[in-house]
Amino acid sequence: MSSLYAFLAMGGYAIYVWPAYAVFFIVLIADTVAPSLRRRRVLRDLRTRMARQASRQQRSRTDLADDNPTLTSASP
Amino acid sequence: MSNWIPLWLHKLSSPPTFYRFAGTLRPWAMALAVLFGVIALYGGLVLAPADYQQGDAYRIIFIHVPCAWMSMFVYAVMGVSSLIALVWRIKLAEVVAMESAPIGAAFTFITLVTGSLWGKPMWGTWWTWDARLTSELVLLFLYLGVIGLYHSFEDRRQGARAAAFLALIGIINVPIVHFSVNWWNTLHQGSTVKLFGPSKIAWGMLWPLLAMTLATKFYYIASLFHRARVDLLALEGGKDWVRQIAEDEARK
Repeated sequence: MSSLYAFLAMGGYAIYVWPAYAVFFIVLIADTVAPSLRRRRVLRDLRTRMARQASRQQRSRTDLADDNPTLTSASP
Repeated sequence: MSNWIPLWLHKLSSPPTFYRFAGTLRPWAMALAVLFGVIALYGGLVLAPADYQQGDAYRIIFIHVPCAWMSMFVYAVMGVSSLIALVWRIKLAEVVAMESAPIGAAFTFITLVTGSLWGKPMWGTWWTWDARLTSELVLLFLYLGVIGLYHSFEDRRQGARAAAFLALIGIINVPIVHFSVNWWNTLHQGSTVKLFGPSKIAWGMLWPLLAMTLATKFYYIASLFHRARVDLLALEGGKDWVRQIAEDEARK
């Protein structure tokens, strides 16, 4: 137990050594998490855009069909 | 003459191919980074003896020096891919340059903070306008400038070209950082580990340092691939291969 205490004490330099290592890990973990969050956001935005496009296409198709009934048979 | 290497590179620079390639390699790079990182931490914090002058405070070296090397290495990669992006207008080169910038900034930030935490007990000050410290701070500002310029344009590719130009000009600072300890005799110590010639460090302290160097290299590969993949998804949002991925992820 005392060896663990000695390890954590870092020969009296604990207040410099451990914050340095903490900064190292916090910055690199943030660097890994940030693109993961961006990926989720990018794909979610894209799906919203795709859904909007699909509904617009659907609407224009039905509008055309109302105006001109012959188009219904022409377009699948 | 065999031309399979340029052919392979040409194929790899197509966004969907690179997306898959990077997706396959990323977990391996990350696993190697963690493996070497754990070995280095054990070697540096537990096995390596205390320094006869600096006691245990010197153990900051095991993250400070590898991160400092990475701050310059990442800038060199960013500079070279900026040049490729400007000359040949390859989209992947723009992505690699622009996505390297935040990683390089992260390593530079860690270098400055850990250096400050090391400087306080050894030099008696958190900060001084020493040549090495100042040029490293300029390096951080260059990274931040590249990131800022890139995001200040409405058109992403136009922004990437402007920022690539800045990155290319700023590469002059990399040799200044490296040689600053030789050119100006201020506070920061000279190189301890030398690529050519004998290093001035005991093997028990050197190997954890080299292991952490490998860990940070692999981490850079993993992080760059991760970021580049996300950036390609954002840039190619109108293309079928990205729409397929968006649909597949929604089903999960």
